Amino acid sequence: MKREGEVRIPSGCAIAAVISREGKGITGDVIYEAMKPMHDRSNGLGGGFAAYGIYPDYKDLYAFHIFFDHRSTRKECEAYLKERFEIVRGEQIPTRKIPQITDEPIIWRYFCAPLGSQVASEQVDDNEFTARTVMKINTEMKGAYVFSSGKNMGCFKAVGFPEDVGVFYRLEEYEGYSWTAHGRYPTNTPGWWGGAHPFSLLDSSIVHNGEISSYDANRRYIEMFGYKCTLQTDTEVITYILDYLLRRQGLTLEEAASVIAAPFWSTINGKPEKEKEKLTYLRTVFPSLLITGPFSIVYGWDGGLMALNDRLKLRSMITAEKGDKVFIASEEAAVRVMEPDAENFYAPAGGEPVIVRVKEGRY
Amino acid sequence: MKRVYVNEQWCLGCHLCEYNCAFANSGLNDMVKALKGKPIFPRVHIEEADGITYAVSCRHCKDPLCVKSCIAGAISIVDGTVKIDKEKCVGCLTCVLVCPYGAVAPGPTGAAQKCELCLENSCGAPACVTGCPNNAIVYEER
Amino acid sequence: MRNEFIYPEFEVVRNENRCIQCRVCERQCANEVHRFDPELGLMLSDETKCVNCQRCVSLCPTHALKIVKSDCRLRENANWSDETIKEIYKQANSGGVLLSSMGNPKPLPVYWDRILINASQVTNPPIDPLREPMETRVFLGKKPDKVRRDAQGNLITETAPQLELSMPVMFSAMSYGSISYNAHASLARAATELGICYNTGEGGLHEDFYVYGPNTVVQVASGRFGVHKNYLEAAAAVEIKMGQGAKPGIGGHLPGTKIVGDISRTRMIPEGSDAISPAPHHDIYSIEDLRQLVYSLKEATEYKKPIIVKVAAVHNIAAIASGIARSGADIIAIDGFRGGTGAAPTRIRDNVGIPIELALASVDQRLRDEGIRNNISLVVGGSVRSAADVVKAVALGADAVYVATAALLALGCHLCRTCHSGKCNWGIATQRPDLVKRLNPDIGSQRLVNLMDAWRHEIKELMGGMGINSIESLRGNRLMLRGVGLTDKELEILGISHAGE
Repeated sequence: MKREGEVRIPSGCAIAAVISREGKGITGDVIYEAMKPMHDRSNGLGGGFAAYGIYPDYKDLYAFHIFFDHRSTRKECEAYLKERFEIVRGEQIPTRKIPQITDEPIIWRYFCAPLGSQVASEQVDDNEFTARTVMKINTEMKGAYVFSSGKNMGCFKAVGFPEDVGVFYRLEEYEGYSWTAHGRYPTNTPGWWGGAHPFSLLDSSIVHNGEISSYDANRRYIEMFGYKCTLQTDTEVITYILDYLLRRQGLTLEEAASVIAAPFWSTINGKPEKEKEKLTYLRTVFPSLLITGPFSIVYGWDGGLMALNDRLKLRSMITAEKGDKVFIASEEAAVRVMEPDAENFYAPAGGEPVIVRVKEGRY
Repeated sequence: MKRVYVNEQWCLGCHLCEYNCAFANSGLNDMVKALKGKPIFPRVHIEEADGITYAVSCRHCKDPLCVKSCIAGAISIVDGTVKIDKEKCVGCLTCVLVCPYGAVAPGPTGAAQKCELCLENSCGAPACVTGCPNNAIVYEER
Repeated sequence: MRNEFIYPEFEVVRNENRCIQCRVCERQCANEVHRFDPELGLMLSDETKCVNCQRCVSLCPTHALKIVKSDCRLRENANWSDETIKEIYKQANSGGVLLSSMGNPKPLPVYWDRILINASQVTNPPIDPLREPMETRVFLGKKPDKVRRDAQGNLITETAPQLELSMPVMFSAMSYGSISYNAHASLARAATELGICYNTGEGGLHEDFYVYGPNTVVQVASGRFGVHKNYLEAAAAVEIKMGQGAKPGIGGHLPGTKIVGDISRTRMIPEGSDAISPAPHHDIYSIEDLRQLVYSLKEATEYKKPIIVKVAAVHNIAAIASGIARSGADIIAIDGFRGGTGAAPTRIRDNVGIPIELALASVDQRLRDEGIRNNISLVVGGSVRSAADVVKAVALGADAVYVATAALLALGCHLCRTCHSGKCNWGIATQRPDLVKRLNPDIGSQRLVNLMDAWRHEIKELMGGMGINSIESLRGNRLMLRGVGLTDKELEILGISHAGE
């Protein structure tokens, strides 16, 4: 059987997310408990979480979470990192031994600052420099896989059901203002830790439920710009698309949503002139980044979340509120676990982005 | 009223209209059986000269000379269509003589005949029009 | 010499039991195969003249006629086929270069037929085009590398000129002269009704067709026939023709006998003079020269129209395309070796160039490898025969396709491949007024519209099956394709997996 990355893997899934608009801390057990009622949406071949605001002490440093298959791989990878970064702190990520999660790789995290001279010599900014480093390790260093690389955030993922993965990583010990979660139902993989979701690059992370039909059109386009889709998953390509549109092209979230879940031409033609011009422009310029086929995604970044469905809304997704908190999930049941008294349940229309931002200065 | 018109520009002179007409008015259901080895008496015919071809058939005039001239009262206008009653026709062919378009001709029995728009045969609509390979003959309101 | 006689290729079989001697066959055959003998009271045939265009078969009201391949064969020989031997006889008789028309008929691989399309099952849903919107609109042209904003932060929505098409299909170049006025009228009217484009070919644009300008691609070829300011300004896009799939590396020759009346006026050359397109553009001997012509045309049209560069698919096509993508052109059109023609030397047509499927796959990949796929749109032609071929071409990476043979078939062409005789019984590849009038553009344009409407429905059905509801998500989506019976090398070039993988 081919391993992940050598073959495209479709999967169904469960997603959930919670964010505090006031930037208040939420512990990880809140989110992993929410995954329990959606147990049947996963098949035990992958679960994971992304958490924002969890490393306040190192918030200016890139936090790399890396899987290694062997001690020697770690040594080799660390040597490479040291050529490019100052490693302020490196440690094993604390885990809990539980029977549900086995065969774990070596899991480390590193808090790093890019070496100014190296960044300058490549004539790029810190983010691009870091992104390139991640691509390089993931494509060229066999046995090492960077699965998280943002600042003051981190991904935690494993082969297993998501609720068990949360326990394994002791997520109740972390406090973040925003969490996303994912349970995976892949159809043709033996399960690989790196293949679990969320997928993340720098401080962006994606959890996704769906199987997009535009995959290869998207992949072959985005790979023109230095991205390498090593996992061949939807989540990976969507992450790169958003990174490209938001960070490299400087689009707003709303604009990016109008590219990947573009309104139909018939809708565009009914818009006021200015809006029509803009939407036509975005569809004309980025046709290959339109994503078709079912998806519901939660995109996380430093300071916010965006929930988005494909333009036909072929996957379930619901949002709700309570106080300063906003909840997003594949099923209402998950929201009820997080907040039994949640209000304002709303099923966003296909292609309608729901964007939640933490108040400026609170994260 | 819908009439048969010919766009000379598109008439190829293939004569198919004549055969389709003769067949349509034969009362038979097979063209071979209807037309093979027999002289045909179409109610539309192709005029040809100097490289120009044109299918001629009855214009269903508003004030037709044939009606006025018929000595037997066999030609009449029914709902705008000029018709010949074969039973009444005595075969004097005055109508042939007076028609300025040459659209009336004697039929196989000697009685005069002309296009009656296939309204009473099994076609229901002019066979020359349906069978024209180049839309040169049309049946329309003008 | 007696041995000049070659037994006719076809036999006219007339069912005497059915023939009513209406003489339609006789009147409609420009090759004068049929004649009525009053003494015998029979229709007779001279089969040496028959080209199997099927005009008589189609028009015979009693279906009394059929044209069959003659069974008078030379002694069987796996090495020396009948055709090869007869070509030798013809050349020994005439001393001339053999001429042929339309596309390469040889049994060379048709990769379209070795590629299969995906459909959704279980893990994602197919989409029903009768119930859900399904989009086929495409924009051809250069896309900006970087989004720009004004001082207020609003997007600057100006782009390089784009050619908007309601579906990813255009009618490809066929010149006025090689085809008739009525054929052009049919194409122009259909393209306008469909919201796509047709292409003038290299013979200029007849003054009657300027009204269809917004749906017209005008061609600038090596002979520069009919090229002037108004011609360029009338068009939606300007195409520089460097080559043609049916005859890569050679030019064209429309004999003086066809340069009459309107054709002479439209081509801007004297009546009766041969219209000879040189093999190269004599101002383009290299890629940097092409860039100059591209920019000359852009200057002439004030940068308002996309410039297309059309080349034949030849061995080094990926590198050539890369050069064109960097030449300032907005669209590259590649014509495969099965593309049609009004006349070409047989040896060239049948032996030069490469299949469009392979050319397309390698060009699309090369442009992506170089990161310049966005600089240029890719249009491919050279025997795109059906909606399935269109879908496969788009999934391999084409932005749109060019169709010509299929369009001619819709107009009545029966692929008898004797366009070069000038006696097209269907009124397409002829200038004889009595034959030209056989193609009524009212019928012709409607049939083209019907064909494209049918294809559009089929494209939508195929896309819906894949769970794709917009054509842009199909473009370059090679995962939607699988090969059958192809070698590893072929699969590698096509960039697709084998069925079952």
